[in-house]
Amino acid sequence: MLREEMQEVFIVAGNTHQEVERELRSARKKMHPASSDEPPMRKSSILGKKTEVVEDEAVEGEYGMVINGHSLAYALQEGLQLEFLRAACMCQAVICCRVTPLQKAQVVELVKKHKRAVTLAIGDGANDVSMIKAAHIGVGISGQEGMQAVLSSDYSFAQFRYLQRLLLVHGRWSYLRMCKFLRYFFYKNFTFTFVHFWYGFFCGFSAQTVYDEWFITLYNLVYTALPVLGLALFDQDVDHRWSFQYPQLYTPGQLNLYFSKRAFLRCVLHSGYSSLVLFFIPYASMHDTVRDDGKDIADYQSFALLAQTCLLVAVNMQLGLDTHYWTAVNQFFLWGSMSVYFAVTFTMYSNGMYLIFTSSFPFIGVARNSLNQPNVWLTILLTSILCVLPVLAYRFLYMQLRPTINDKVRHKVRQDKTPPTAAPRRFQPRRISTRRSGYAFSHSRGYGDLVTSGKFLLRPVRSRPPLFSRSQPSGSPVAEDSPQIFRTITEEPSA
Amino acid sequence: MKKKEEETSNRPDNTAFTQQRLPAWQPMLSAGIVIPGFVVIGLAFIGVGVALFVTSQSIQVLERDYTAGDESSDHNCSLCVNEASCLCAVHFTLVQQFEGPVFFYYGLSNYFQNHRKYGVSRDDYQLSGDTSYFTDPQDYCVPYQYDSKNRPIVPCGSVANSIFNDTFKLYQIVGGQRKQVPFDGKGISWWTDYNLKYRNPSLVDGSLAKAFNGTVKPVNWPRAVYELDTSDASNNGFLNQDFLVWMRRAALPDFRKLYRRITEGEYEKGLPVGNYSLEINYNYPVRGFGGRKKVFFSNVTWMGGKNQFLGIAYLVIGSLCIFMSLVMLIVYAKYRFPDEDS
Repeated sequence: MLREEMQEVFIVAGNTHQEVERELRSARKKMHPASSDEPPMRKSSILGKKTEVVEDEAVEGEYGMVINGHSLAYALQEGLQLEFLRAACMCQAVICCRVTPLQKAQVVELVKKHKRAVTLAIGDGANDVSMIKAAHIGVGISGQEGMQAVLSSDYSFAQFRYLQRLLLVHGRWSYLRMCKFLRYFFYKNFTFTFVHFWYGFFCGFSAQTVYDEWFITLYNLVYTALPVLGLALFDQDVDHRWSFQYPQLYTPGQLNLYFSKRAFLRCVLHSGYSSLVLFFIPYASMHDTVRDDGKDIADYQSFALLAQTCLLVAVNMQLGLDTHYWTAVNQFFLWGSMSVYFAVTFTMYSNGMYLIFTSSFPFIGVARNSLNQPNVWLTILLTSILCVLPVLAYRFLYMQLRPTINDKVRHKVRQDKTPPTAAPRRFQPRRISTRRSGYAFSHSRGYGDLVTSGKFLLRPVRSRPPLFSRSQPSGSPVAEDSPQIFRTITEEPSA
Repeated sequence: MKKKEEETSNRPDNTAFTQQRLPAWQPMLSAGIVIPGFVVIGLAFIGVGVALFVTSQSIQVLERDYTAGDESSDHNCSLCVNEASCLCAVHFTLVQQFEGPVFFYYGLSNYFQNHRKYGVSRDDYQLSGDTSYFTDPQDYCVPYQYDSKNRPIVPCGSVANSIFNDTFKLYQIVGGQRKQVPFDGKGISWWTDYNLKYRNPSLVDGSLAKAFNGTVKPVNWPRAVYELDTSDASNNGFLNQDFLVWMRRAALPDFRKLYRRITEGEYEKGLPVGNYSLEINYNYPVRGFGGRKKVFFSNVTWMGGKNQFLGIAYLVIGSLCIFMSLVMLIVYAKYRFPDEDS
C-alpha cells in the first residue's frame, strides 16, 4: 500500500490534541499548499438544506499517512474530524495502526457521513465486526480468525485476494445487469402504457384499452417476464479475464453512469417515441382498409391483436439489442416467450375456449381471420423495424463518435480473439496470523509484553523474532520514540 | 480429515452454469454488420413499398357522402333533414369500368363504436343462444336491459340497439330505364362469427319466434330480431349477416362496414361504364352528434382495400435507411476510433 513512488509518508503520532492538529495541518499544507482552513463543503441542492459533504480536493503527487490509535482518538474528536478527513482523503493510502475496533468503525462512519462515497470494509477477526457493519459493504474473510467477521458481513470469502474478483468482476457485472434490467423494464412498461394514452384521442377518452384484457394480464406475467430475467441473470459485457485486465472498466459504476435521472429521462423519451410508432402506424394502415376478401379488418378486436403483436415484437427486438451475452438460456427465453405468446393467443381465440367460457373469451376467431392477411404482417414488420432501427443507428454512431471505455475494450476483445492469460500468481508464503491470543483488542501498549510473553497460553509457542526490535534506527514509524508512559510487567512466578 | 471435508462441502459447484462460464454468442455492433444491414433493409423496404403503392393505386374506390343537410349536386338527401324514414337518391357516373368483384360499403364518421361503455354493453350469452339469459339479461346492458314495462330486451345492450338501418338499392340507368343491379348479401360477416360465435336459440315448436317468448325487441328497432329476414331462415335471428357485421364494432371513429357484394349476372366482371342511381332508405339519424354517412364502392386485392399509407411508409422508411447507411458510412470512415490500447 505504501509505494516507492510516494513523495512522502506522513506520520501522525502526537499525544495531545494540539500536536495532532499541528501534524495534520502541516500534512495538508504540504500536500495542497493553497488549501483553505475551512473545509470545502458541497453546495446544497435540495431545498437549501445544509449538506455536510466535504468536496474532494485535488492533489499533485502521491502521499501516504500513518496514524496510530492514540492519535486517532484525538483526530476523531469533533473539532479535528474534518481536518483529519481532508488530510486523509488527499493521500493515496492511510494506515491506522493499533486502533481499537470502535475506532475502526468511527473512521468508516466519518467517511460515510462526510463524503459522497461508497465504503467497503474487509476484515477477518472479531475486532473487525463493528467496522464491517458500519461500512456500506462489509466483507468478511473466513478462516484463521473464526467466523465472527463472516457472520456480520454482506459478502464473505476465504482469501483476501478474492476481493479483486468481487469488485472488478462480480460487482461490475451486477451493476451493469441491474441498470440494464431497470432501463428495459421501464421502457417496456411505459411503451405499453403510453399507447393507451394516444388511443384516448380516438375513443372519446373513454379509457378503452387498446389491447385485449388477457394480453394486459399476461404481458408482464408471461410474455415479457423470462427474457428480461435472463438478461438480468446472465448478461456480461466482457469476460472475467478481460475484466481483470482492464480495471478501468470499473469507473462507470463509480460515476453512476448507467442509471441516473438523465438515463431515466432518455428511457421515457424512447418509450414515448416507440409508443407513437406502435399506435399510429397500425392506425394509419388499418384506417379504411378491409381484408383481401372484402370483409372487415378494421374492427376493434383485430386492431387490438395487431397492436399487441406489434408491441411484443418491438419490445422483444429491443431486448435482443440490449443483450450482449447470448447464452442458450437467453435464446430459449426469448424465442420461447414469443412462441408462448402465439400459442396462448391462438388457444384463447379458439373455438374450445369460447364454448367453455363464453363471456371470458369474446375474441374468438380474431387470430384466424386477421393473421392470415399480408397487410397485417407488413404492418407488424414496419412498426418493429421503425422502433428498433433508430436505436441501432444511434448506438452505432455514438460508438464511433464517443466510444466509452466499455466499447473500446469490447472492440479489443473482438480483435484479439484469444483471452488474456491470467497473471501468474505469486505464491506468498502463508503467514500464520501473528495475533495468537483471544483478546479482542489491545488498547495501550502496557499489556503488550504480557501478551507476547506467552505465559498463559495452553500450548507452548515457538520462539519467534520480535516484531519490533528495540534497537532500530531513529527513522522507525512506530511510537517507539514517543514519550508515551507505559508500564512494564516484570516476570513473576505464576500465581 | 473432518476439517478437510468441512472445507470442501462449503465450496460452490464448479459447473459452467454456476460459475457463469456458459458458452455464449457475443454480437457486437460492428460496421461490417450494421451498414450492409441498413442497406439491405432499405432496399427490401423500397421493393415492398413499390409493390404496395402500385397495388394500391390500381384499386378503384368511389365514395359519396350523403348526410342530409348539405346541398349537393350528387344527391338529394337534403330532403331527409328530419332523418326519419325518407327516400333519397345518390347519382354517379362511371367513366371507366369498375373491375369486379365490386364491394359496397356504408361508412360512418365521428361515430365512436370504440367507446368503452358502448363496447361492454352487450350480452354474449344471449347472442350465443343461451335462453337462460333471455329472461335475465346481464347488467352490462343497462340502460337497454329492460324496457319501460320491465320486460327483458333481446338482444340487449347499446351495440345491438344502435344497428344501422339504412337500406340501399342500386340501379343502372340504361337507355332511360332503371335496371336494378343485384346485391349479394351472403357471407359478408366473418365465418367464425356466423358459425361459432353467434347462435340462434333452439326452435320452439319449429318456430324461431316462439323461442323469443317473453322478451321484447330493442327500443330503437322497427322489427324484432326474429323478423330480420323472414324469407331466409339461415339469415334470420342472431345469424342475420347485417346484424353480425354491425356487432363487430369498429376500432376507430371513422369506419366502413360491408353491406353487399356485386357478383351476380352481367355485373360479375364489374360495373360497366354508365350512369347509376343509388336509392337510399334514409332512416339512421347522425346529425345529432355531428356524424356523417357515406357509401363506398371498392374492389380489393391481396393487400385489402385502398390504403396509400403502407406503400408510402415503406418507401419513405426504405429511403431513410439507405440515407442513414450513407451517413454511418461517412462517420465510420472519418471517425472510427483508432485501434489503440486503452
